[in-house]
Amino acid sequence: MNLDVRPACKPGDYKSDVKPIWCPGCGDYHVLLSFTRAFAQLGVPPERIAVISGIGCSSRIPAYTNCYGFHGVHGRSLALAAGLKVTRPDLTVVVASGDGDGYSIGGNHFIHACRRNIDMTYVVMDNHIYGMTKGQPSPTTEPEFDTALSPGGTGLRPFHPLVVALASGANFIARCFSGDFNQTADILVEAIEHPGFSFVEILSPCVTFRPDEKEWKNMVHPAPVGPTDDPAKAARRIMTDDGFNLGVLYRGKRQPYRPEFGAQVSDPAELEKEFEL
Amino acid sequence: MSKRAATPKVASLADLFALAWQIEADAVERYKLLADQMETHNNPELVKVFRDLARAEGIHAEEIRRLAGDIDVVEHARKTGGWKGESPEEADLSAAHYMMTPWHALQMALVGEKRALAFFTGIVETTKDAKIKQMAAEFVEEEAEHVNLVHRLLRKYPEPAEGWADDPDPPNTVE
Amino acid sequence: MTEVANLSVAIVGSGGAGALTAGNLLIEAASAAGWQGLLTRTVGPQIRGGEAAALLRLANHPIECLADRLDLMIGIDWLNAQRFGAELDTGPHSLVIGDPQGGDPPPSVAKSGARVVQIPMKEMAKGIPDGRPNMIALGVTGKLLGVGENFLSAFIEKRLAGKGPAAIEASKAGIRAGFRAAAGIDLGMRLSAPKPNGAKRWLTSGNEAVGLGAIRGGIRFAAAYPITPATEILEWLAPALARTGGVLLQAEDELAAINMIIGASFGGTPSLTATSGPGLSLMIEALGLATASEIPLVVIDVMRGGPSTGIPTKSEQADLNIAVYGLHGDAPHLVLAPQSVADCLFTTQWAAYLAESLQAPTIVLSDQFVGQSLVAIERPADVAFIGQRLRASEVNGVYKRYALAAGGVSPMAIPGTPGGQYTADGLTHNERGTPTSGATDHQAQLDKRARKLNEFVYGDHWATIEGAGDLALVTWGSLTGAAREGIARAAADGIEVALIAPRLLSPVQPERFAAALKGKKRVLIVEQSHGGQFHRYLRAHYDLPGEVRVLNRPGPLPIKAGEIHRAITEWRV
Repeated sequence: MNLDVRPACKPGDYKSDVKPIWCPGCGDYHVLLSFTRAFAQLGVPPERIAVISGIGCSSRIPAYTNCYGFHGVHGRSLALAAGLKVTRPDLTVVVASGDGDGYSIGGNHFIHACRRNIDMTYVVMDNHIYGMTKGQPSPTTEPEFDTALSPGGTGLRPFHPLVVALASGANFIARCFSGDFNQTADILVEAIEHPGFSFVEILSPCVTFRPDEKEWKNMVHPAPVGPTDDPAKAARRIMTDDGFNLGVLYRGKRQPYRPEFGAQVSDPAELEKEFEL
Repeated sequence: MSKRAATPKVASLADLFALAWQIEADAVERYKLLADQMETHNNPELVKVFRDLARAEGIHAEEIRRLAGDIDVVEHARKTGGWKGESPEEADLSAAHYMMTPWHALQMALVGEKRALAFFTGIVETTKDAKIKQMAAEFVEEEAEHVNLVHRLLRKYPEPAEGWADDPDPPNTVE
Repeated sequence: MTEVANLSVAIVGSGGAGALTAGNLLIEAASAAGWQGLLTRTVGPQIRGGEAAALLRLANHPIECLADRLDLMIGIDWLNAQRFGAELDTGPHSLVIGDPQGGDPPPSVAKSGARVVQIPMKEMAKGIPDGRPNMIALGVTGKLLGVGENFLSAFIEKRLAGKGPAAIEASKAGIRAGFRAAAGIDLGMRLSAPKPNGAKRWLTSGNEAVGLGAIRGGIRFAAAYPITPATEILEWLAPALARTGGVLLQAEDELAAINMIIGASFGGTPSLTATSGPGLSLMIEALGLATASEIPLVVIDVMRGGPSTGIPTKSEQADLNIAVYGLHGDAPHLVLAPQSVADCLFTTQWAAYLAESLQAPTIVLSDQFVGQSLVAIERPADVAFIGQRLRASEVNGVYKRYALAAGGVSPMAIPGTPGGQYTADGLTHNERGTPTSGATDHQAQLDKRARKLNEFVYGDHWATIEGAGDLALVTWGSLTGAAREGIARAAADGIEVALIAPRLLSPVQPERFAAALKGKKRVLIVEQSHGGQFHRYLRAHYDLPGEVRVLNRPGPLPIKAGEIHRAITEWRV
């Protein structure tokens, strides 16, 4: 295994020739730029990066990179990534998801992935809507937002992913905005380098089903204080922020979960001794 | 507020040339990306517009390399890191639309050229180095020319009427 | 005193009586003495203190099913034993031993005409410091079966090693007392003396054998969610994998488990999960993903009573449909079924080999009966099946993960391989793996995945085919043992019956099955499914000759050799 890191990688090295199907104007184009820029900055060769995703517009991203990828089923990317990383700790594992794939059907796996704290980075492109299936509310959609499946709005309190991540044990929590692709790239680098489960929520406007999100670029702002490593402090800050605070909000100190794998202690032939009388 | 990357330092002529070159080179890549988007989304008129813009920026980039003479702008840009983020003429991706018209594309280009102009103007105003000042002033003229060019092109393409984005077909579900 | 080739005993008790422990000790001792045997158990719904029975059958040869009737039953107490009275079949020849303080045996005992004697086990135990009635019962049973006291003592010492000499002596004293109490009792039959032949002896359950088969087949990663009756597989694999360089992760649910093993397999590690019917239902979507993206993996389904939550602690053969047909779309994959406890080792090892060779998900349909039965057997022979995945270790030019190669298996690039980058996808894709909705690619990839399974040479392991005659008995899984015994009894009556038991259920083998049926005029299908799933599966894929009869029943009661024998003899031409 060649563990050399190539110096001076260009973002172009990480882009595949597959043309995205995202609508022009979609925030995910910026996210893709952030990915490729972050990977180049890290200098990890593309064949040593695995981008794992589920289903949704954001989940299309693996094929648009030149890395190994898995476009799996809806909501299960964190589980797939866990199996991969535990058996291949040498790979850089990035999981890409959206607010539906990640917080609705994937909600349970989200909690346990934070709890397990396996070393990987979870990037959720949150556009407060189900884009791929044409505009149903997602767990982060505002309660008054009118949709076909929820006329007049859901009336439901939106899911707060950063709080859930913190409570469940995520070791690094950040919020970004796709339009600030430079800051996002830097934060992705930090997230990937930070040990354990890193959670980066990227607000990424949906040009087709949430044209109102064009306003997001005027609503986002840097977080008023720097990141903390105190979960209680982080909890208070995250629970009271306006949802548009950008930056690294929490940097934890948990040891990543890395079970022993690959080192044989006994010969498999010894195992049958347990069956012998 | 979301903002673009902070302005990088210009401490030498090499810095200036490298940044100037990178502005154009980044613009080429960004217009190519937009051309690809337009091609995937069946807007052939805009494919041509963006490819033309990419070509134009490519010519600018070559001119800067030539002008730089012995300075290897590509290598210098790579070494110093250049623009950390979107450079001035990288068109704003969030402003794209699959039914956009040439007017929209040129508006994007105009914003870019004006940002580049502001950058070089800023160098002229703040630098203490005579050579840098002189060269920056040339770039100011160059960018001003580009701005005018875009304005001229805009005269050929009127602002589209309201409803330019009306698509009688509803969105598709692909998955 | 009649000498018999095999003998069946049940030890019954409740509320902490320790009937199951006694059963375990008995099979260990009997195996050490040279017999082979099969131990099953049946329990009430309580977590502690419930009614329980250990059912043990001993013989000089491999035993793969329970006897039609018990020869000996000893009840430490009979509280609530009528709840599984149907499983405690006795007859006029049977001897039933009870405790005067233990209540009445189930009504079925009296109806059967069995002899009943009493031994005051509770009183006797009180006379021994720390004495327990189940040790008395164990001693009685050992004496009547002919299992030497020394063998029982040896296993007492092993089991109670951590509990101190007093506990060991108390148990041994109990066994001694039981031996003495049984001196005056005549069982009426004697089990043939064991023939030790120097072969290595194993005591194992189907679930444990699955674990060993998995590791021998190359599995090094498992992720799973506990479920009855599969959990013992996970309990055995967790330390075994850790010792052999692998790891087992407990997942938050079955959806996570199956996706985790897809991830690990994608990364190059042969992977496995184990579950039962309800868990398999949850895994179906991801099995489709593994099929479409051509990821090798093994899923063990230890079938239990269904549908839905069903009867978690009992066996049934009703997951055939979901295993073979459950995936949406046309998604051919492998389905295997072991035929006995010992066969769990071979079939799982073969499954790992096939999964890796064919880059496909492989379901192994075990069941609660083989999964949780303990057998004393001779050590099975080693087999040389180890998973070998076709890898793309060097990539030149554009890598086509799903290239339309001859035979249908395309080399798989493992992450880390330069130039081999691709995105695995459940979406229909072209040879490169890029999603497409085009007709040509969809057809081509469907053809590829079907071809790779259909053109593979599976060899003779695909089915057990024995015997001759114009009647073919077709069965599968854990019923194979009972079928064999029923056929043997018919042979003693002069009736020749052939046995066909597929081990490979999917993909189907039409030519080879037709060859097995050649010359047969009648087919008797035997299965443990209310809806006759196996019968319908056979009709769907194979031509059945002349007359067909089906002997089918749902769980929880196993179909016994005697019933099969009767079905054969009653079907005279």
